[in-house]
Amino acid sequence: MTEAPTPAPPPLPEAGTDAAPVNFVERYGLLQRSGGVATALITASLAFLIGGLVVLATGHNPLSAYREIFNGTGLNWLFPWVNGTDRTFAAMNLQQTLLKATPLMLTGLAVAFAFRCGMFNIGGQGQYTVGTIVGVWVGSSWAGIPGPAHIVLAIVLASLAGAFFAGVAGLLKATVGAHEVISTIMLNWVAFYVGSYAFGLGGPLQNSTNVSVPISNDIATNAHLYVFWGDPILQGLHIGFFIAIGALVAYWVVLNRTTLGYEVRAVGFNAEAARYGGINVARSYVTAMAISGLFAGLAGAIDILGWQFRVGQLDVQASNIGFTGIAVALLGRNTAVGVFFSALLFGGLINGTSGRHLSADVFPPQLAGNLTLIIQGLIILFIGADVLVLYLWQRAKRLRAGKTPGAVEVGT
Amino acid sequence: MTTVDQPVRAPAIAMTTRRIGIAGIIFGLAAFWIALPPLTVRSVVWPILVALAALAAGIWAVREGERRIGYGAIFSAIFGVALGYFATQTSLGHLNIVIVWSAILAAMLRYATPLTFAAIGGLFSERSGVVNIGLEGMMLMGAFFSVWGDVQFGSWEVGILAAMLAGGLLALVHAFFAIQLRIDQIVGGTAINFLALGITGYLFIQIYGEQGTPGSIAEIPDVRLHLDKIPPHALGHFLDGAIGQLNLMIWLSFLVVVLASIVMFRTPIGLRIRSVGEHPRAADTVGISVYAVRYGAVVLSGMLAALGGAYLTLGFVHSFNEGMTAGRGFIALAALIFGKWRPFGAFGAALLFGFSSAIADRLALAWGTSWQTLFQALPYLLTLIAVAGVIGRSIPPAAVGRPYKKQ
Repeated sequence: MTEAPTPAPPPLPEAGTDAAPVNFVERYGLLQRSGGVATALITASLAFLIGGLVVLATGHNPLSAYREIFNGTGLNWLFPWVNGTDRTFAAMNLQQTLLKATPLMLTGLAVAFAFRCGMFNIGGQGQYTVGTIVGVWVGSSWAGIPGPAHIVLAIVLASLAGAFFAGVAGLLKATVGAHEVISTIMLNWVAFYVGSYAFGLGGPLQNSTNVSVPISNDIATNAHLYVFWGDPILQGLHIGFFIAIGALVAYWVVLNRTTLGYEVRAVGFNAEAARYGGINVARSYVTAMAISGLFAGLAGAIDILGWQFRVGQLDVQASNIGFTGIAVALLGRNTAVGVFFSALLFGGLINGTSGRHLSADVFPPQLAGNLTLIIQGLIILFIGADVLVLYLWQRAKRLRAGKTPGAVEVGT
Repeated sequence: MTTVDQPVRAPAIAMTTRRIGIAGIIFGLAAFWIALPPLTVRSVVWPILVALAALAAGIWAVREGERRIGYGAIFSAIFGVALGYFATQTSLGHLNIVIVWSAILAAMLRYATPLTFAAIGGLFSERSGVVNIGLEGMMLMGAFFSVWGDVQFGSWEVGILAAMLAGGLLALVHAFFAIQLRIDQIVGGTAINFLALGITGYLFIQIYGEQGTPGSIAEIPDVRLHLDKIPPHALGHFLDGAIGQLNLMIWLSFLVVVLASIVMFRTPIGLRIRSVGEHPRAADTVGISVYAVRYGAVVLSGMLAALGGAYLTLGFVHSFNEGMTAGRGFIALAALIFGKWRPFGAFGAALLFGFSSAIADRLALAWGTSWQTLFQALPYLLTLIAVAGVIGRSIPPAAVGRPYKKQ
């Protein structure tokens, strides 16, 4: 886990016999270095293709299912020929997609930042949950203070809570060498049960009006984030979207233009060399994890203040946003731009497959939700496997050349 | 696991210190235990006296050099007296509801069994050098496909086979990507968990839809032992309540632990698995196929985790629901780490976590579900403390998580 998540494509066996694969590898490697757009597109397409096969095999029409999901994302708003009520609905759908993409950008950054320091922050979910707990607690208490101050307070405290939660894992790694994957997994479940307890029946943060419902109090109305696109009643898009964009910019600036970012990247590239070069590796681990948690906690706060306004026990238990952040970061190659686009993709997928947009006649939304999970899993699986692309490519080439396909051993 | 070396002291004296330290730990627990049914002392004096004995033993052990066990005894004394005090302050009615030892033990075994299967599975995978955080997903596959096979063929045996096949297949995917394509094993495991959630959820909706799995599935039978005939009536009654009626799979899980221990530490196969996990290059040099051993170990881990899932559905709750493993695969992983990558250690940790679930259930009977929910965070906190090195460091196999590239 100390290496960068993207291994360089290994040299191909028997590559000298034909000029084509060498060129392919060179082209592929170039794309990889220039941001890895090709791998991301290939893996995403492959995952959607396999997902389509699953749909086909279970007796549904994949084309109409995917078309319906696409329309549900509201991305057809971008097409100039969509007019009238279709356009109104598309706008509302697009607002929803961006609403879902906003926290995903942040949880994606939470995973990406730790990755750049050579750590796998699998605890984005727990840090997000802690952010929502603190966010809803601050937002629903102290109703007297003015709106902007209330919002800033809630956002800052929730982010700090996330930072603290992740910082524990960083500290354990820095001091006693506990693997951050293990500690963040454990912390995820601690957050899961603490959240379930806090908002559950008889819990300390359960609402004061209806004691039979395991939901928190609503946050104060003046602590709601401003909705700049669409109707606030119908969950329009709030300014948290711009906070997330700001976080993407901050991520890029911190990593590429500050000493801290340089040290983080140096540790991520080679911890031993960084130590030899005089960088305090232990401190980098703690800082990187804390910054990661800061992003995830911020995601929690923004969801609360932007559109959820309250948290239920079920929200804590059913939420997948932190885990999806892993897929977002991996698909986005841990770059700010990549995270933005992959958050859009997953936000669209989540929104397009929700029961609200998908008609059950075309494709049942419960199936579509699970299809999203399959696609997500496949993307994560394939994205790490650059070698797979080469493997399949070589195999196809060999089949064309009429040789035995089994002769290719990529692993050797 | 660090070995305690005592070059100066004679072994016999060191053993005595150790024993006194361990006795201290037991006394600390006893300080709590005497305040519970059946003894139920109602004065706080007795727990304090017993805890003082534990404290003395602990301090003595620390001064004699048995630091770890000594501190364990001191902690045990502090917790024992705190919990003992709490118990004496609690009403007798509540204590009698919560503490029914035979029911607690039976529930502990029921909760521990899925964890045991998955943890032993994880043991094989991780000892061979492949991190398996996909245990959760493999367990979920086992849970779904055991029901599917069971309903299709009307027999739980087929259900179990289907579960092992499905879990093994998913593990094969993990193995292929981790070993052959050398992707990051944690990334791969994460993907496996997502895939399993998606696949089982999709098929569940597709096949069973809104009604859920049929009520008439063939269940794995319980083993009925008539232990209440055992002479002192109280003992017979207790044994009968605790282990008189356990599911077949629970007994099988004991067998799996023993077998895993024998295979891992007493056979050439185990030696190969461990060598591949500690130093693959060296293993390769002496002619062991690193890839073959790792493939075998990972697929076996998937099958065992799936058995845990099959027990969960066919032996415990008798139905399937989306995402029903609810983190049990991760607790199993925690048990594996807590148990220091050893079969009996993992089994002990699984029992401990099962015990905490059982206690949580009983607490809910007296005080409502609120505390039960919070109590369920305990296994994870304990594991966090364990990896932090407070209860002796947990050190993974040397080559775990590192892809191996043949030369």
